[in-house]
Amino acid sequence: MNTLTILPGHARDGAPETFEALSLKPGEILAVVGNTGSGKSRLIKDIEQLVGRDSVTGRLILLDGARIAPANRLLVSDRLVAHLSQNMRFVLDVTVAEFLRLHCLCRDKAANLPASVIALANTITPEPILPGNSLNLLSGGQSRALMIADIAMVCDSPIVLIDELENAGIDKKRAFGLLADSGKLILIVTHDPHTALMASRRIILEGGAIVRILERSKEEALLSGELDRSYERQRALQQRMRKGERLI
Amino acid sequence: MPEKMILFSGSSSVGKTAVLRRLLPYLKEHGHTPMVCKIDCLCSEDAALYCSLGIHAVSGLSQDICPDHFLVSNLPELLAHANRHACGLLFIETAGLCHRCSPATEHSISGCVLDCTASFHTPARLGPMLTQADFLVLTKIDMISQAELELVRGQLNRINPGAVLFPIDGLAGYGIEPLGDWLLSLPDCKSFENDRLRHSMPAGVCSYCVGETRVGGLFQQGVVGKIEFGDDL
Repeated sequence: MNTLTILPGHARDGAPETFEALSLKPGEILAVVGNTGSGKSRLIKDIEQLVGRDSVTGRLILLDGARIAPANRLLVSDRLVAHLSQNMRFVLDVTVAEFLRLHCLCRDKAANLPASVIALANTITPEPILPGNSLNLLSGGQSRALMIADIAMVCDSPIVLIDELENAGIDKKRAFGLLADSGKLILIVTHDPHTALMASRRIILEGGAIVRILERSKEEALLSGELDRSYERQRALQQRMRKGERLI
Repeated sequence: MPEKMILFSGSSSVGKTAVLRRLLPYLKEHGHTPMVCKIDCLCSEDAALYCSLGIHAVSGLSQDICPDHFLVSNLPELLAHANRHACGLLFIETAGLCHRCSPATEHSISGCVLDCTASFHTPARLGPMLTQADFLVLTKIDMISQAELELVRGQLNRINPGAVLFPIDGLAGYGIEPLGDWLLSLPDCKSFENDRLRHSMPAGVCSYCVGETRVGGLFQQGVVGKIEFGDDL
């Protein structure tokens, strides 16, 4: 995959989207922003499903300039796209070990990979995940950590779609670092300016339509550093609060 | 006669109606005339819902009869009804009662609707409704992670390798279009004469089938099965 192209469709009220063809390349990070209900998740779904003017938005997604035939979409999407949705919990009634064994089987991965996935997940959650744990009984933080480690190591896809990392209840920057391997195309839905400024471009949605595409300006890059320091300060205060210490 | 007879079977609350209320308007927009027959046991308000979408719908309440048997017994009349109303696509929505059988016939396009948030062990228990389906609809995909969805799809693919799988979020309508396009791409059925069930139905007719309410060996007649406990003397 060298280019993913989004061609305009229409807003919820039928008015055509006005942006030119939007071409995205591996190694790029894009933020997707807008009010709730503005169509952010739908844009992510359009990309995941490699739509061909047949979704409610009427958008067309091209891979390396070509349309994907409906019959092949599921297979191509499986191979190219990893999607971290807003889900905070697993629902399937299997153990962590069984889940990873089956997922490695689906993705043709080595049988010894599950142990490394659990080890990686345990670097971003303070509550250790054990292979014998029931998948659907993991806490929100454990589930999110395992989903992220699974996407990073088992899915290993060139396009990563992230729906709101902030709600994860885990270290956002560290989790993002795991997913944002160099050479991948990343789209991240966010309401957080700090996260949005990690991206070089941001896509703004309103009423179901892409209404603007902004490059990160020099001034915004400076602001990004400022927001980062304040995020770290917030994290440090959070740690002290959790330990029962005075915050000042 | 209709061009296609399409069966939507699946347990209660898996999302059959949620999928159809998205799918049928999509087919209508593409110039087709779908109708629905909803088979239920005791009551159903779904026909009114379809009518509110401008889609012709009828309900069949099987009452005291097994709903799968009831459906098969009503197929000729249903086809004639669809014909009278000039509906090219006859959808039949049914919650198979016991999962032992499936009312799918050779001339129908048979689909099984599954809830992907249900137990991972459910599909293995579903029998011919799943194993002999032409297509599978996996609902509530917004509720599970991508990895879990891949696991469930892998499992369904092992159980019924020939079926085409459609993951759908029925509430938001994600995934409806590929299902609609696929159904329309199938060849029309030229004639529904000499149709046959794909799978025989369970042997029935015991005293309880005909209204017996008393419990006890004295009142059991007809075809009666017993559990083998393995510790009998």
